[in-house]
Formats: sequence, structure tokens, C-alpha cells
Amino acid sequence: MNGEEFVPLSLTPLLIGIFAAVACALPGNFLVLRKQALIGDAISHVVLPGIVVAFLLTGAISTWPMMLGAAGAAIVAVVMIEAIRRLGQIEPGAAMGVVFTTMFAGGVLLLEQTDTSTVHLDVEHALYGNLESLIWLDAVGWSSLLELTALAGLPPELPRIALTLVGVILFIWLFWRPLKISTFDEGFARTIGIRTGALGMALVIVAAISAVAAFDAVGSIIVIAMFICPPAAARMMTNRLETQITWSVIFASVSAISGYVLAGYGPLWVGGADAVSAAGMIATMSGLILACAALWGPCRTRAGAPQAT
Amino acid sequence: MLWDALSLQLGYNATLVAIGATLLGVSAGVTGTFLFLRKRALVSDAISHATLPGVCLAFMALVAFGGDGRNLIGLLAGSAISAWIGLLCMNWLTRRTRLAEDAAIGAVLSVFFGFGIVLLTVIQTMGVGRQAGLEGFLLGSTAGMLWADALIIAIGGAATLVLVMIIRRPMTMVAFDPEYAAARGLPVHRIDLAMMGLVMAVTVVGLKIVGLILIVALLIIPPVTARFWTDRSDRVVLLAGLTGGLAGYLGAALSASAPNLPTGPIIVLVSFGFFALSLLFAPVRGVLAAVLQHLKFQRRVHIRQGLLALAQGQKIYEPLTLRLLKRAGLARADGVATEAGKARAAKALRDEKRWEFVRADQAHEATAALYDGLRDIETVLTRDQIAEIDRLIGGPQEIRP
Amino acid sequence: MMLELAADQGVSIADSNLDDSPLAIRGLTVSYGQKPAVFSVDMTVQPGGMTAIIGPNGAGKSTLLKAALGILSPLSGQVTVYGKPLEQQRARIAYVPQRASVDWDFPTRVIDVALMGLSRQLGLLGRIRVRHMSRAMDCLNRVGMRDFADRQIGQLSGGQQQRVFLARALAQEADLYLLDEPFAGVDAATEKAIIAVLKSLKEAGKTVVVVHHDLATVTDYFDHVFLINTRKVAEGTVAEAFTAETLQSAYGGRLATAQIDQISRALG
Repeated sequence: MNGEEFVPLSLTPLLIGIFAAVACALPGNFLVLRKQALIGDAISHVVLPGIVVAFLLTGAISTWPMMLGAAGAAIVAVVMIEAIRRLGQIEPGAAMGVVFTTMFAGGVLLLEQTDTSTVHLDVEHALYGNLESLIWLDAVGWSSLLELTALAGLPPELPRIALTLVGVILFIWLFWRPLKISTFDEGFARTIGIRTGALGMALVIVAAISAVAAFDAVGSIIVIAMFICPPAAARMMTNRLETQITWSVIFASVSAISGYVLAGYGPLWVGGADAVSAAGMIATMSGLILACAALWGPCRTRAGAPQAT
Repeated sequence: MLWDALSLQLGYNATLVAIGATLLGVSAGVTGTFLFLRKRALVSDAISHATLPGVCLAFMALVAFGGDGRNLIGLLAGSAISAWIGLLCMNWLTRRTRLAEDAAIGAVLSVFFGFGIVLLTVIQTMGVGRQAGLEGFLLGSTAGMLWADALIIAIGGAATLVLVMIIRRPMTMVAFDPEYAAARGLPVHRIDLAMMGLVMAVTVVGLKIVGLILIVALLIIPPVTARFWTDRSDRVVLLAGLTGGLAGYLGAALSASAPNLPTGPIIVLVSFGFFALSLLFAPVRGVLAAVLQHLKFQRRVHIRQGLLALAQGQKIYEPLTLRLLKRAGLARADGVATEAGKARAAKALRDEKRWEFVRADQAHEATAALYDGLRDIETVLTRDQIAEIDRLIGGPQEIRP
Repeated sequence: MMLELAADQGVSIADSNLDDSPLAIRGLTVSYGQKPAVFSVDMTVQPGGMTAIIGPNGAGKSTLLKAALGILSPLSGQVTVYGKPLEQQRARIAYVPQRASVDWDFPTRVIDVALMGLSRQLGLLGRIRVRHMSRAMDCLNRVGMRDFADRQIGQLSGGQQQRVFLARALAQEADLYLLDEPFAGVDAATEKAIIAVLKSLKEAGKTVVVVHHDLATVTDYFDHVFLINTRKVAEGTVAEAFTAETLQSAYGGRLATAQIDQISRALG
């Protein structure tokens, strides 16, 4: 494929897909190790009500209020889960189930109650996003990457997810040590003065921000898949956290690229005419990678050391 | 309007939906209880999302063989098969790899759902028309429900309920203490699978009414609600069935009473309403009761500690202790005991010594286990026993009130 | 005897060494739900010795330690470390949690765990330099785990895991070492290795506090004991406070008379 076709039609969706996948996979590593993997599930479900409320308050489809609404909903959900878990002494899984289903139901209800038929806001969009439509019409080829006028026409999702990715990387780089120590041994972390409660909350908020930014571009399914599948597959490749992070980034990128390509060109290869959902395909590819890692990964089973008791 | 709906006088379709939703609510509440007690509530999330590829594949198969793609039995059978495969994947991941259950749940739910979405877009491009019906399985759609559909849901719900009742004893034992159940010779793994099978049945039955994203709510919220009111597992089952059924009925009626009130979300929100009320106001386990109890408990601890400090002539460091003593008229602002305070302090110290005697004496072992620093000795020993201890300790000579 | 001990509880408050005691606890009450696990406990750890916290199962030994470290929040009470609030003295404390309290499946190596002990020195972004590395290796060497530095922690035996935890605490170069059941479920060689390290800490003038469950070894290992059963039962040197009476008082019916006799004989 030449640049004239690739750059305007495929470059930006590919980059957005990769950035979104990596931005979710990075905090996902810690969530999976902390046995909080399903926080990603909960967050992605409550994004819908957040967006709907933001739309109702502002009366317009504009990006920033909606991102804020979604992030706000994620934080409300996390606080509610924590409150229900503590106040009601309910196990975290059940508390999550109560909160995110209720908020999702509220979102659907609000959506039905308001007249959003004129605007592009619907449940399906929230679930699978529209990665394929994030094209760069101003580009004519690779040379456009150097032209300011063409760059101004980039889909705004791209700089947004890129910025989010940079933020996530900064957070993990800056708090690498406290994150690692408090994930491994929370009691010890507290004795050396790490504020484990605040750090855990910060991690969830960072995850929520990446979920919202990614969700905006690719829908909520690949958000959940990217939080969990690449880190889970990476865990089965290595016994070192640093290496695990690297693997998870590789797996996230590979799922994004292969999923996008397969969704766009796969049907043509088998004689079909139209593309299928790229977000769904990316999630499917991440699942296949996870399956391979679970079958053949060098560190797929627990170490099984003899425990002297 | 609402009254008409509640009394099932809003027409044929609304009545069908209300009956179906009630049965579904009861069986989901009852089944979900075992899942909740087993601390695996979110497994239902994986099961429900894993139905999507099955629904799509069944539709494609039905169309390919020239049938009606929207045949409910065919679609439900497909969804059951793919949910079962998802369940097996999840089990395999947790048993054979190092992944924890939460990661396995998340992986299965997102991958199966993603694959389902791919299939949905494939169906859209098949140009079969009328595929829009399939999207109804995401959020449920009760408009235009057929008598046959309602019958299937009612029979499915009732059958699930009967099955749950038959195997409720082994399921309760496994949920309560899997190791003990295994020691008693119960096939824990198979009972777990049966439990999941029932959850899957409820999910499949509920697809049409509430959709696969919200069915989880019916499986989780009623049991959690019921748990606030009782500590006995059989009553949790009963109450969960009751609140689930009530939520289903009220939700369906409410949604029929006005336009733009989708059935699934309304049922979930009614169900959450019950939950929120229970969380706040349930006796003993409710938040309000717990906060009051905790405050009372904290006061008892501080006053007791303060009295012991007074009795031993120690300085009281905690400002809260001093404030509470002052308010009870037991001490002055400068931390010196009042007359009443001196008497209470002496009694507290004496009780403490009696307790010490009790706890060191093997004859009182059962009583000693009740010690927690707060319990009044009179509540565990008879007057004669206390007199006997006092005689052994020696008269009340240490601190005069 | 025990009645006198109880009446003595007030005396420690007036002790002059309250101000600079490595660990001083006043009126500490910790409760899970509505039942206090630790009730109104005072404790004054003597500097430069080894103190055992002993008591029956469920007597609040670990709870006392965790509350003293700020891991659990108490219902009431105060904790000072070397005369100052805990928060200002974090650098002077090293804590060895119970081995079972963490997930050993975590993807990390033995050396990384030892390096965690240096994290206060390293700060957020400080680079791990050769001196940090050799310090961590030194600490592993002291517990006999040098050869395992590159192992994944999940591959270690229980005793080896406990030693790695101790190495991490050594790397902290603290003045006060608090260990929660370090001998639970470890092999004899590990127990010997750990006690040798703890004795060397004592000789270097450090203070060591151990939650301990094996009454038979108390006199061999420790200088001071603190007996607890929800309340403080006794506190003092082993000779003063570790007697048949105090044990009877702490363990009540739960300790067979034969055991007490055996211990009394061992005490001479």
C-alpha cells in the first residue's frame, strides 16, 4: 500500500488504536497484579452515564465536557464501590456489580428520556466506538506529516490520546517504586511512609482517565480488553515486573495493529465486501494472544515452590 | 396509569412482560444468592457478555439454513452454548494458569464481547435485513414481545427455579465452606459448574427482557440487598427471590406506564432502590445502625479506659476520653475524678481484677474467652461466683471510692 | 503476684525512659468490629535488647504491632518512637511482616525485594548505584541468601522467603526492628540463621521486637518479654515477667499445666 492511501485512511486510526491500547495496558499491569482487574470493567460501564449527564448539562456534543463527565462518573463509581464495600461490608466484586450496573442502567434511561436522536450519541457508539472513521482527510501522503496546514486537520482524538499516553507514562515512571512496593506488600509500604490509600486511588483515577480518552476513540470493549488481556498475557511471559510491562506494551500494540488490519482487510481476503468492527477485532486479537500465552507462555503456571509449613 | 400497570390492566403485552419479569427476578435473585455467597458475583458478568457471539452465530446459522433468524429458541440455544464455552475458558484460565479469577473474568468478558461485536458487524453486512433485532439483546427490548417468547421466558424461569430448589443444599454447603464440603465428599467442582450452569440459564432467559449487560444486576443486587436483613443463608435466598421478583414486577409495570421508560434499566433501578434503602436503614448491618453502634462502642471503650486510668492515678492523654468523662460527670476538666467518677473507677478496677482471676483460672475457661475489656463481669458470672472470687482476691481494700 | 503486676501498670508511665524509649505505646485500643483485639495496652520497649511479644492465639500480638506501625488505625491511644510521633521516625523503623501477608506470586526477584529496603534512601527516582546494589547483596549475604539473588521470589521455600524479608529490613539500616512471627513455619536452619542475625543487631546496639509464639525458646532468645492477652499481662525482663504465674494469667486454661511445669523447670 502506498502513502497516498495509507496516511489519510489508516495511519491515524492505527496510531489512535495503538496509543489507546498502550495507555490502558500500562495501568492494567498494576490493576491485574492488585487483583483489581475488574475496576476497568466497572469504569468502562459508567462512562456512558457520565457522557449522557455531561450532554444534558451542556446541551451540546463537545468533547471536553463529555470527557470531564466520563471521568467524573468513573470517580463517583470508584468512591461508591469503596463506600458500599466498607459501609455494607460487602465483597468488592459484588459492590462493583451493584454500582456499575446501576449507573449503566441510569445512563440508558437518561438517554431514552432525552431527545438525542439528532446528535451522534447512542449506546452502540459507546460500546464499539468508531475507530474506522477517525481518518485524516487533509493528508495526501507521508509528506503531510511535515505540513502544518495538513497537521491542523488531524482528528482531535489523536493528540488527545497521545497526551493521555504521555501522562500515564509519566505517572508510572514517577511513582514506579511506590507502586511496585505497595502492590507487592502494602503493610511494609505503609511502614516506610508510602500513603498506600492515596496511591491506590491515584492509580484508579489514572486508569479512569485512560479509559475515558481511549473510550472516546475506540469504545468501551477494547478498553476492558486492553486493561486486562495484554498484562495478563505478559504476566505469563516473565517473572519480572519491568519485563512484564514491556511485554504488555508489545502485546497491546500487536493487538491494535493486527486487529485493525484484520478488521479492514480480513473480509476482503475471504471474499467479503465490507469491513468489520475494528474495536471488536482488536479485543478478539488480544484474546488470541492471551490464549497463546496461556498455552505456551514460559511462566504460565504458578511457581509451585515447596512451602515449608 | 401506574395503578393500571400495577394491576396488570395495561393490555396484553404489558401483562406478559410483567409476568415474565417477575419470574425472571425471582429466579435471578435466588440463583444469584449462591454466586454471591460463594464470593464470585462477577462471574455472572463474564457469562452474560459471553452470550453475544452465540446469539450472532445462531442467527447466522438460522439464516444460512433458510430459517427465521429471529427464532428465540434458536438464539437462546446459541447464547447458552457460547456462554458455556466462555465459562469453561474462565475455569481453565484460573485452574491451569497463574491468573487470578478477576483477570480471567475480565479477559473472557471483553474478548467474547469483542468477538460478538465483530460478528454483529458481519451480520450487518450480510444484508439480511431485520438484523436490528439482535441489538435488542444488548439492552433488552420488550416491545413487540410475542406470546411464544413470553411463554419461553416463563417456562425457563420456572424451570431454573425448580432446579435451584433441588440442588440448594449442596450449593449452600459449597458456598459456605468449600473445604468442608469437599471433606464431606461433595463434588465441589461439579457443584460449582452446576451453579454456573444455573446462572447461565437465568442469563439466557433474561436476555430478551433486560439484555446481557444488565442481567448481571438482577443476579447481584437482590442477594446483596437480602444479606443486609439476615445472617441465615436460607433466608437470604428467600429474601433475594422476593426482592428480585418485586423489582421485576414493579420495574415492568413502571416501564409500561409511561413512554421512554425502557424495561431493563427500570428494573435495575428499582432493584437498586431496594438496595439503597437496605444499605442505609437495615437493622444491625445497615449503615445508620452501624454508625450509631460504632459511636456507642467507641464511647464505652474511652470511658472504660478513662476509668481505669483514674483508678490507677494515671494521667489521661486522650482529649476525647477526658471530654466523655467530663460529660458523664465522672471527671473534672483538669482530669481529676469527681466523687461519682471515683466510685465508678474503683468498680472498674475491681472488675478488671476479678476478670484477671477468671482468665487465669482453668475452671473458668469458657467464661474467660468472653473477655474483651468491656464486658461487665456481672453478665457472665453469678453473684455467688463473684463473691467467691472477691473472697479469694481479698476485700475491696485497694482504692476507696 | 499477678495482682501486683496489674497494679503496677501505672508505674511504667512515670518511667524516665518514656521520652526516649524506642517504642512507647499508651492506652492503645484496637478493635475489629465490636470486639477489641487489644484493649488499653501500655508498652515501653527497652532500648538495645530483644523483646518478645507473647500470648495465646488471637491475643492481639500482631494487631498490637500493626497498630504501633500505623498499619491499622486504633480506636484510641498514642504511639511514640524514640520520643516522637511515628510519622517523624519512619526512617528509624524496619518492619518484617508475616510471610503469609503477601502474594509471593508477584513478578520480582529476591534482589529486588532486598532493594525495596533502600527505597527511602533512593527516593522516587534515585538511580540504583553500585553501592546500593552491594548493600542489598550484603544484606542477602547476612541471611545466607546471596546465591538466590536472581531467583523469582515464588520459587523460594517458606524459610527462604522469611530470610529475604529479613534482608529487606536489614537494608533499611534502622534502629528499631519489628518482626511479626518470623519463626512461623520455617525450617530449623532458617530459625538459627534469623536468630543469629537478630543477635548481631542487638550487639550493634539496635532494638529488636519480635511477635513470638514458641514459649520453649523465649529464655534462649530474648531479654525482655511482653505478655498480652487483649490486655497487657506482664512486661519486664525474662526473669521478672516470664514466670509460671504470668503465663497462667496470659494463657489461662489454654495452656496445659504440664507445659507450664516444663517451662518453669526450664526457667530453673
